[in-house]
Amino acid sequence: MGRREFLINTVLALGLLVVPLWAHVNDQPYIITLTTKVAILALAGVGLNLALGLGGLVSLGHAMFFGIGGYAAGILASHAQSYAPLMEWPFTVEGTQSMPVIWMVALFASALAALVTGALSLRTSGVYFIMITLAFGQMFFYFTISWPAYGGEDGLSIYVRDHFPGLNTLVPIQFFAITYVLLGIALFVVARIARSGFGLALNAARQNETRVRAVGIEPYRLRLAAFVISGTITGLAGALFADLNRFVSPTMFSWQTSGEIMVFVILGGVARLFGPVAGAALFILLEEVLGGLSDYWHIYLGVLLLVVVLFARGGLIGLLAGEGKGDD
Amino acid sequence: MTEPLLHIDGICKSFGALKASDNVTLDLYPGEIHALIGPNGAGKSTLIAQIAGSLVPDAGRVFLEGRDVTATDTVARARAGLGRTFQISSLAMEDTVLQNAVLGALGARQKRLGLFARVMQDQALRDTAMEGLRQVGLDEFAALRTADLSHGQRRQLEVAVALTLNPHVFLMDEPMAGLGGEGSALLVTFLQQLKTRAPILLVEHDMDAVFQLADRISVLVYGRIIATGAPDEIRTNPEVREAYLGEVDDEEGGG
Repeated sequence: MGRREFLINTVLALGLLVVPLWAHVNDQPYIITLTTKVAILALAGVGLNLALGLGGLVSLGHAMFFGIGGYAAGILASHAQSYAPLMEWPFTVEGTQSMPVIWMVALFASALAALVTGALSLRTSGVYFIMITLAFGQMFFYFTISWPAYGGEDGLSIYVRDHFPGLNTLVPIQFFAITYVLLGIALFVVARIARSGFGLALNAARQNETRVRAVGIEPYRLRLAAFVISGTITGLAGALFADLNRFVSPTMFSWQTSGEIMVFVILGGVARLFGPVAGAALFILLEEVLGGLSDYWHIYLGVLLLVVVLFARGGLIGLLAGEGKGDD
Repeated sequence: MTEPLLHIDGICKSFGALKASDNVTLDLYPGEIHALIGPNGAGKSTLIAQIAGSLVPDAGRVFLEGRDVTATDTVARARAGLGRTFQISSLAMEDTVLQNAVLGALGARQKRLGLFARVMQDQALRDTAMEGLRQVGLDEFAALRTADLSHGQRRQLEVAVALTLNPHVFLMDEPMAGLGGEGSALLVTFLQQLKTRAPILLVEHDMDAVFQLADRISVLVYGRIIATGAPDEIRTNPEVREAYLGEVDDEEGGG
């Protein structure tokens, strides 16, 4: 990471903190909610960026993990609300509204889903990989639609936002703080992975698979590990998104959701650490500004995406920071 | 006689009616450079692919240091001590020269890859990588992006990465290609020293280099080894002259 990119990242990190604090002081809860949404969607993008940017794995199925995280939160909360246990045999599992517990379940469930779907999808590459991940995502989408126990098409409501020990999550700025810290942790983890031996080999396998094999490293295992870590981070984002909206629905599993997460990454800059943060911020900004002008604001988004892909391959971050990629 | 480090025993491979490898037997002994030559389409690439593990032979076996590795893939053979360079440079082009060399050192370590430790700050890996680069004369270009290297420098980096693997056997596929006179001469000197560390199976089109370097030469024609021997024997072998050396002037590129 060059000096300039570091500076841009710092500005982004501080900006994402200053805006909600300003909004808090000036009693603008809607702005806080918007920045919370940016942080959560950025987190989902950070997950995808590990697979897409570093691993070169174009997954069109990350909505699957986003949805699994969301439904982990929704299902556990709904059982806690109705006092009906999830299961009673062979042992009783109660619902919960504790965020840390919900996150653990979301992390575990999305990791498991990523392990199984990754193990199968990674046997293919290129366009087949895109199609298989898309198919897995759609399987979950249609499954939740036709699963009446948890709302089917109508989704599930979380009447009271889940709790975090010591905080009042109903206060927007406090819930924002949770998402901000989790995003920070995820960025730190991904930054370290990118500079590790695993990251070096994963990135090399994206560029030249033959080379990695010839030094005695199996690319498949690297990619599977990356896919699992990637899916887990996006799964956590899904659990937070459910709590933000206090609602989950099959839309979280839709391929449009996968596409949006990918748009954050591409807009902000593929393989750039803060790419998804910049991308998610720009996306929400456009949605607010252009969405206020026209219901068809996506057409402007489409044009912007086209410009980025054609003229600024490094996305927003690449445009501002230039090519510079350090070697440590 | 000592045991061969690499032993190829009666390998056969057909593509339809074409016999690309026809009962090929080949040995590589410690300390030697064994060159494999043959006209275009003789089946050199097919043979290399089977030695490296990217192609499974129809029949026959491959032994590395006495171990049967016929059923293993390229990853396992690299781990078993086969270090190869490619005919077409096979490098991580966006990475720096040093990163490519560190990748080799990392693979040679054969441990679980770290998920959090900064790999480029691992002194042992850096030392191995820099030593490899120094030996081929690329150490001053360590911080350069690989894509910014010249063609010849990329060939050198191929060799450097193979060195970081500290292999027991080298498999070099046209390391001289595109090097130019001075570069080839340097590499010839270097390979002569290198063979004492690990023997080299050398596939090369540069006949001057081959006859200068090789302790033994095998000639592959239509998938069959028609002769194996010292350079002088090969030069005077009438069958070889007829099949191959007569056309050496208009010899170009792959095979």
